[in-house]
Amino acid sequence: MVNFALKRFGVAVLVALTVSILSFSMIYLSGDPAVALAGEGSTSEDVETIRIYYGFDRPIYVQYFDWLWNALNGHLGTSNYLRSDVSEVIFERLPTTMLLGASALTFALVLSIPLGVLAAIRPNSLIDRVALSIAVVGQAMPSFWLALTMILWFGINWRLLPITGTDSWLNFIMPSVALGYYVTPAVMRLTRAGMLEVLSSDYIRTARAKGLRPMTVLFKHALRNAIIPVVSLTAVQFGFMLGGSIVIETIFNINGLGFLAWESIQRADLPVMQAIVLVLSIFYILLTFFSDLVNAFLDPRIRVA
Amino acid sequence: MDDASQTQETAPIELELIEPTPGSRLRKRIFGHAGLIVGVTVLGVIFLMAILAPLISPGDPFDQQLARKLIPPVWHDHAKASWEHPLGTDYLGRDYMTRLFYGAQISLLIGFAAMLISGVIGTTLGVMAGYFGGRVDMFVNFVVTTRLSMPVVLVALAVVSLIGSSLTVVIWVLGLLIWDRFAVVMRSATQQVRNLDFVAAAQALGCSTTRIIMSEIMPNIVNHLIVIATLEMAHAILLEAALSFLGLGVQPPEPSWGLMISEAKGMLFFDPWLITIPGIALFALVLSINLLGDGMRDVTAPENRN
Repeated sequence: MVNFALKRFGVAVLVALTVSILSFSMIYLSGDPAVALAGEGSTSEDVETIRIYYGFDRPIYVQYFDWLWNALNGHLGTSNYLRSDVSEVIFERLPTTMLLGASALTFALVLSIPLGVLAAIRPNSLIDRVALSIAVVGQAMPSFWLALTMILWFGINWRLLPITGTDSWLNFIMPSVALGYYVTPAVMRLTRAGMLEVLSSDYIRTARAKGLRPMTVLFKHALRNAIIPVVSLTAVQFGFMLGGSIVIETIFNINGLGFLAWESIQRADLPVMQAIVLVLSIFYILLTFFSDLVNAFLDPRIRVA
Repeated sequence: MDDASQTQETAPIELELIEPTPGSRLRKRIFGHAGLIVGVTVLGVIFLMAILAPLISPGDPFDQQLARKLIPPVWHDHAKASWEHPLGTDYLGRDYMTRLFYGAQISLLIGFAAMLISGVIGTTLGVMAGYFGGRVDMFVNFVVTTRLSMPVVLVALAVVSLIGSSLTVVIWVLGLLIWDRFAVVMRSATQQVRNLDFVAAAQALGCSTTRIIMSEIMPNIVNHLIVIATLEMAHAILLEAALSFLGLGVQPPEPSWGLMISEAKGMLFFDPWLITIPGIALFALVLSINLLGDGMRDVTAPENRN
């Protein structure tokens, strides 16, 4: 187990370093960053001043290591627009996005796991077909369109829910549904497939033959094993959701990380964009690392492989 | 005892007589699959809408006339609603049905082109990892993990905003970002085929690696490839719509469905049909491609049949 954890940790660090190189190199995507910062109509002297002020005159690897060293020390640069420390701005917005992500995930799991289990108990029944339809529709529904349609009905026509801001928990209902609905198909399909496989296995037959109550067999014996792959899928999907929250936060005016990302893109505020990509990637890497550990703990076969 | 006599001994005679040919069995599976039929039909209609757009559109997608702006569709009980503009007009007075038809061209073009790019990258990586294994496999795994850890929408938005948005840029950015599923699926499909006897036979005959991969491995994994290709095309179409919705995909005045929804979001209160129409079109397109992909998987992959 320790060996497995160390190996996985090594890979995670390497991935994080690669991601940091990629997000650092975003500065050079638009060409010369000093020219971009100086803006139109600036003299070449202005550009040179900016180049020296921001340190763009140094060799690229020096700039990268400098940036990385600062990032490791919790200093992600200074926002070109807000003129304040990027780390502060990000960690101010992060809790809102985490809250949104968590409630979206809760919605997705509460909908998809029971449906997946029910569909697996009675394959090809009405409930299985309903579950499958929900999955098929969920995969095809553009989340921004779902969000706008919900705003139209629940916000404007029926006046049931607030449509912007984060004042109360009611504000989080529509964004969570819009964000979480996209995740349900994958989780539901995996739960269904896992349950189908487990329910047809020998030890379930044994448990039933022993005369255990059907509910005990279902939840204590079957679901526990079927849920193992769902744990890692959920971790992966949570990471994707944080990345996708940019669309939903923009629509609902939720002042989280996604909205900050969108604002920074509008303002061409590179240090903030870089930092958000880096923070979200590192968060995803940590998430998958821990979910792998949990998985290896739950399923000893993974540790050996 | 050879194989033929064994079959004759065990198989019941009446079954042999009515045994359908593999071709008729495949046809039966295809036409018995409701999802596949619906998917192909809807996709076919949207495809026709796209290629026939110049012929069947009631107007010109770029022709703005503010005098006739925001006319509602014909089914609205409204004085201005008429068959001249069956789906109404947008906030600049452009015919909405025309823009919807031309928008289908953009969605299909971006989806297909981005899928091709990501398919080439992902398949190359996946097949190499699956065939060679060892260090190559480790390397590909690492590249895939790195790619997966970067948030697609955010990176796509940032990159597009930095290099400037155009149709080509959107296609390349999406194509270079969404190859991960191709790589993962092609890798495991190749691993399953790699150790089969006919590959060993080709190796023993001294065939080159390129030849083994192209003519022994590829034909046996191509059904998985087609399924992933359809799903990724749907994925690319949804991403393009999201980018355009956020203003960083297809640029005005081009009629992208995502952009049409974005342009109409301020009119949600009074003219919600402006959002409903392109939204339903987008949903129908993605749904039909997914149904086609799922259907083909059910029809071609024996292990998934139940």
